[in-house]
Amino acid sequence: MSAVAAKPAVNRETGRPTSSSLVYFSSISDNTHRFVEKLHMDAARLPLYTHEETLTALEPFVLVLPTYGGDTGHGAVPKQVIKFLNVSGNRELIRGVIGAGNTNFGETYCLAGDVISVKCKVPHLYRFELMGTSEDVDRVHEGLEEFWTRLSQQQTRP
Amino acid sequence: MTPDKLKLANHVVAINWNRIEDEKDVEVWNRLVNNFWLPEKVPLSNDTQSWATLTPDEQLLTMRVFTGLTLLDTLQGTVGAVSLIPDAITPHEEAVYTNIAFMESVHAKSYSSIFSTLCSTKEIDEAFRWSVENVNLQKKAQIIESYYYGDDPLKRKIASTLLESFLFYSGFYLPMYWSSRAKLTNTADLIRLIIRDEAVHGYYIGYKYQKGLEGLSEERKAELKDYTFELMYELYENEVQYTHDLYDSVGLAEDVKKFLHYNANKALMNLGYEAMFPSAVTDVNPAILSALSPNADENHDFFSGSGSSYVIGKAVNTEDDDWDF
Repeated sequence: MSAVAAKPAVNRETGRPTSSSLVYFSSISDNTHRFVEKLHMDAARLPLYTHEETLTALEPFVLVLPTYGGDTGHGAVPKQVIKFLNVSGNRELIRGVIGAGNTNFGETYCLAGDVISVKCKVPHLYRFELMGTSEDVDRVHEGLEEFWTRLSQQQTRP
Repeated sequence: MTPDKLKLANHVVAINWNRIEDEKDVEVWNRLVNNFWLPEKVPLSNDTQSWATLTPDEQLLTMRVFTGLTLLDTLQGTVGAVSLIPDAITPHEEAVYTNIAFMESVHAKSYSSIFSTLCSTKEIDEAFRWSVENVNLQKKAQIIESYYYGDDPLKRKIASTLLESFLFYSGFYLPMYWSSRAKLTNTADLIRLIIRDEAVHGYYIGYKYQKGLEGLSEERKAELKDYTFELMYELYENEVQYTHDLYDSVGLAEDVKKFLHYNANKALMNLGYEAMFPSAVTDVNPAILSALSPNADENHDFFSGSGSSYVIGKAVNTEDDDWDF
């Protein structure tokens, strides 16, 4: 990412620029962080705290995030992710979302992924629990490669 | 067992919630408080007709399952969560454990609410007698209890996380099974509240365990990891026996074991370790998974679909004021 950071500042919203095709949020428990590490793909982590400057996406990306909050669904999306998506340039580049959660939370399992899917009109690509099993990692790895290939084919179609 | 070793925190400072050392303490405290519930709010009496449709064997099984769960919740409320307090890293962590301890007592009491709604006093007393006499149930409580009274605070957290995230599930299976067959649905609603609480408890205690590992030598970390897996195997062997004791009469033991494997993996993940059971043995009956979480089925996996479908999440109200769009 140092190559990205060395680019001249982009003339739109503020925030550290990133060209990663995976952007993720993980709290200090690091569950989502561990899952993303296991993917061995270029990925950018959103800042832990809302008072920090958020990221500026330069390329299309898939967002990976856990679900917060309880029963009602209120507060399901972490504030740090809301701050990132409030930047319209970031919203324009989101192509999909992957949710992390725990089925013990019943109807709110991976709810944050659903919320973003609806608000940003992108598919909720996959759900996994806690830090994901090796099978989750394989499926997301393969799935994302196919997903990006398909999207690029659609774009180059005459 | 040497109960005199269970000690109180030896120094208490006035807790200042305006100076936070670990933000997880506040996050989890708020989560637990927002999740607070009491069994009186669940209309259990609506299950009396459904209860009457169960065979005597099925009723007996259900009562035994719930006395087993009562024992675990009692252990966690009275000893487990309390035993974690003296070794808390922050004063806020101590407060969270008191919340967990109380909620475990609510869980334990809620099984009695189910019993008093559905069963006779004689049946209840017999089920509790069974819980005292069942070797494998007693053994799992004793294994965990011995670590609560032991000297190693990190091993206490391992034992506690395995109880919260693994040992309950041989019991939780049954109300999910009834719910999937449209039976005892109010009871299942109550159990889902307990399942939700246990997830927060296991997550938090497992997180504090991982905080406790920070800065330790590689040898000590390796010792604790080996210990975790050894304890998991020991508990698993016993859980399999216990599962057969309970479920052989209705032919569900193999289905329950898949649920055990699935939850054992989640318990290990809560402690920061990789899943142990391969996917070939964690393929939980979709009806059970769906009774647990309606969003957990394969239909929600975009990648495994044909690729032509464009799955948008279900509509949800987002009332957070922070959204700008």
